[in-house]
Amino acid sequence: MSSRNERKSYYEELRHSGYSRRDFMKFCATVAAYLGLEASGVSQIAKALQDKPRIPVIWLHFQECTCCSESFIRSSHPIVADILLDKLSLDYTETLMAASGHQAEKCMRDTMEKYKGEYVLCIEGSVPTEADGVYCMIGGRTSMDILKEAASGAKAVIAWGSCASNGCVQSAKPNPTGATPIHKIIKGVPLIKVPGCPPIGEVMAGVLVHIITFGTLPELDGIGRPKAFYSKRVHDTCYRRPFYDAGLFVETFDDENAKKGYCLYKVGCKGPTTYNACGVTKWNGGTSYPIQSGHGCFGCSEENYWDAGALYARAQPFPGFGIESDADKIGTAAAIATGVGIAAHAVMTNLRKSKLIDDVIEEGKEAEKEL
Amino acid sequence: MSQRIVVDPVTRIEGHLRVEADIQNGKIVDAFSSGTMVRGIEKILKGRDPRDAWAFVGRVCGVCTSIHSLASVRTVEDALNITIPPNAELVRNLMFATLYMHDHVVHFYHLHALDWVDIVSALKADPKKTSEIAQSISNYPKSSPGYFSDLIKRLTKYVESGQLGIFANGYWGHSAYKLPPEVNLIGVAHYLEALEWQKEIVKIQAIFGGKNPHPNFLVGGMACSIGLDDVSSINAERLAHVEQLLKDAKEFITQVYIPDLLAIAPYYLDWGAIGGGLGNYLAYGDLPTNGYRDTSSYKFPPGAILNKDLSRVYEVNMREDGEIQEFINNSWYDYAGGNDKGLHPWKGETEIKYTGPQPPFEHLDTNKAYSFIKTPRWKGNAMEVGPLARVLVGYASGKEEYKEIVDSTLSKLGVPATALFSTLGRTAARGLESALMADWALDFYDELINNIRNGDTRMANMDMFNPEKWPAKAMGVGHTEAPRGALGHWIVIEDKKIANYQLVVPTTWNASPRDAAGKQSAYEAALMDTPVADSNQPVEILRTIHSFDPCLACAVHLYDETGDQVSKVQVL
Repeated sequence: MSSRNERKSYYEELRHSGYSRRDFMKFCATVAAYLGLEASGVSQIAKALQDKPRIPVIWLHFQECTCCSESFIRSSHPIVADILLDKLSLDYTETLMAASGHQAEKCMRDTMEKYKGEYVLCIEGSVPTEADGVYCMIGGRTSMDILKEAASGAKAVIAWGSCASNGCVQSAKPNPTGATPIHKIIKGVPLIKVPGCPPIGEVMAGVLVHIITFGTLPELDGIGRPKAFYSKRVHDTCYRRPFYDAGLFVETFDDENAKKGYCLYKVGCKGPTTYNACGVTKWNGGTSYPIQSGHGCFGCSEENYWDAGALYARAQPFPGFGIESDADKIGTAAAIATGVGIAAHAVMTNLRKSKLIDDVIEEGKEAEKEL
Repeated sequence: MSQRIVVDPVTRIEGHLRVEADIQNGKIVDAFSSGTMVRGIEKILKGRDPRDAWAFVGRVCGVCTSIHSLASVRTVEDALNITIPPNAELVRNLMFATLYMHDHVVHFYHLHALDWVDIVSALKADPKKTSEIAQSISNYPKSSPGYFSDLIKRLTKYVESGQLGIFANGYWGHSAYKLPPEVNLIGVAHYLEALEWQKEIVKIQAIFGGKNPHPNFLVGGMACSIGLDDVSSINAERLAHVEQLLKDAKEFITQVYIPDLLAIAPYYLDWGAIGGGLGNYLAYGDLPTNGYRDTSSYKFPPGAILNKDLSRVYEVNMREDGEIQEFINNSWYDYAGGNDKGLHPWKGETEIKYTGPQPPFEHLDTNKAYSFIKTPRWKGNAMEVGPLARVLVGYASGKEEYKEIVDSTLSKLGVPATALFSTLGRTAARGLESALMADWALDFYDELINNIRNGDTRMANMDMFNPEKWPAKAMGVGHTEAPRGALGHWIVIEDKKIANYQLVVPTTWNASPRDAAGKQSAYEAALMDTPVADSNQPVEILRTIHSFDPCLACAVHLYDETGDQVSKVQVL
């Protein structure tokens, strides 16, 4: 009953689930947008989802707080949520699976045996290396032991969130348990880091969909993050950037400048040193992101961010005109989300017109006084 | 002879929990609850800026996300004597209400329901009959025969694919599942609907806190300034979005969650006499309506109940040395002054000492220390915390809202008040407070609008934000009610830095090992005498454990390395 040949393609599953061809194509277009593909990419995704069988996924939880799983289930497109819960064959995840104890362990063993070399291994959390690993034990085994075994048969490993990518809060000084990110333990298996505390739900979905669709990891940057979501600084895609360039800052929280939405750099915003998709993709279905809600970015997707200075201390001085070279690449890079391109272009335009912007802001302030 | 069974991992919870239980003649005669993961967050906090603490402790838990941050900013504000503006209090209440409505619904459908709802049985349901039942219990629009027959088709295909994913190896067909196929099908339908809805309600936290999970907080208030004339501040559009989400949430809770709870409960009324456990309940209270310091204004009143006696609510003092204490007799730690005495969080000390078996192992040695969780006591009493504790304290305090909703529910189900002290009572209490929350949240919203209308747009009091104004030493305690129960943080600030930071969290109360006198904590006590029909499929254990909504990352997160100066750190 569970042989591979009987696995249905996504398209078949969707049709059985009552979705129309039109729904399906809409989904593919959404995915394409997230992956930063041109319109021609839509048909590529559609074809892949129609033809390919479902990929089994084992999702392990080590030293973590489950915020990654929580973020994942908030992925905003309903059809994506359905796909990832129903269609991906999430064979092991302690957060959602019905089975417990021996039955849960059996789920993992079954998938590891039946789909050796085919399953995707998702890791949420870091691995403690002190005291022979006893600071994280599941079913009487250490997380180190479980990780090594599960990774040995995986097609690829996804390190979800900052815990698995860089150790996150438990690895902050003095790192009492020896919390260690996954790439320092697992070698020889393709690995992708999706940092953030947590990563944005749609980014998580986007990474999985890329793997499903193309059977490969998305293009990664020098430290193993998908370029599509981590190639731009939050600062470069920030809609408050013109205020930075114009020297208009919030001086203290809830002051008059805060009510006007000025730049948060002086109250500690780490946007200038943080690479993430928050300014473009935003959070919770595009509802907001930290800067939009008045608090600076504190760099939760950056390595070592807990030890990189206090939350409300200013980031290192950052020149306002340093992104031109990045911005120039935008028109040609294939896998950059359209939205990123637009926002970055806007920034670039703003930079070129910074004098003009200054003037407009001054005018605005004058006008405000008159009112 | 009893038989020892192990459930590890306990799934559909947050974190890493292991339960060992001895079964004799089809009943649990002894039970042991063990937390098997530590991270050490309090130790990491030492020496850092107190204003940053909310971000660190927020990462204690991503399921009850935001609640540790709330407790933390209150703790620092208590230490520095900061009073936040009324609007910030209201926004924090809205963040709180959002968390509750999200967390309780997700708990009911995605973490707990599969203990009661047999997903395989749902395939046999008659769509027409299901539709009739659905329409008889609620006016939720998705209830047509077509809706249910589509779902059956979808489920059938899913099962036939052979890849059962998260539903594989469940205890389907177990004799403890009592629902007719039609009610099972409603449960499955709403599992999927709830999954869709839950991502909406959290947008309120994104609007005020920038993101969810892990929204941003601020010592002194909230960072989301009100600016009706600016696109990126809290303006009319943002507020309208919040109102819409609150209305939708109320609709979901009253049209889906509560009717389902009342439809499922009658098949499991025997669980109104199982899983009661301690009979002692503790709540710190929350949801201020006249400022955080006026505890009499709380929607969730504070207090303690002993021995199921609802005629008396005791006062709890979190600052008093002899009231809240933590013990380590059965935990993997050492106290310098001996392991038999308890320590108040402000005086706590911690030194990890793992003495359990070297992994891999089959069984813990439960005659010795067996958990990374410490054992908190209130005046020496083991206490249960959580929705049931809150509802009982509210009820026993004579609050009209609680009386009304509890009494009407008892009468609808035709059960006596004693049925509250049970697994079923715990699960029902979670639903009842969700219904209350849906109304309260709209009240908070209206009040926020009124304040703005009256010209008060203050969102943060930054007078004491500059550390230069702080005293050389300050101590603070902050409390809240996490969805899982009473949550307290304690801080000592010295030279503008954190000298000590401690958390005593709900799951520490509930999931801890037994104390020096051998007295069990809430999980273990609640498991006693629970019938287990098939020891290979102990669904009954999951029912009671899940009724507490375990959150282990919260419960176990500190340790201090051997040989370190430990006099000011607290293990949980």
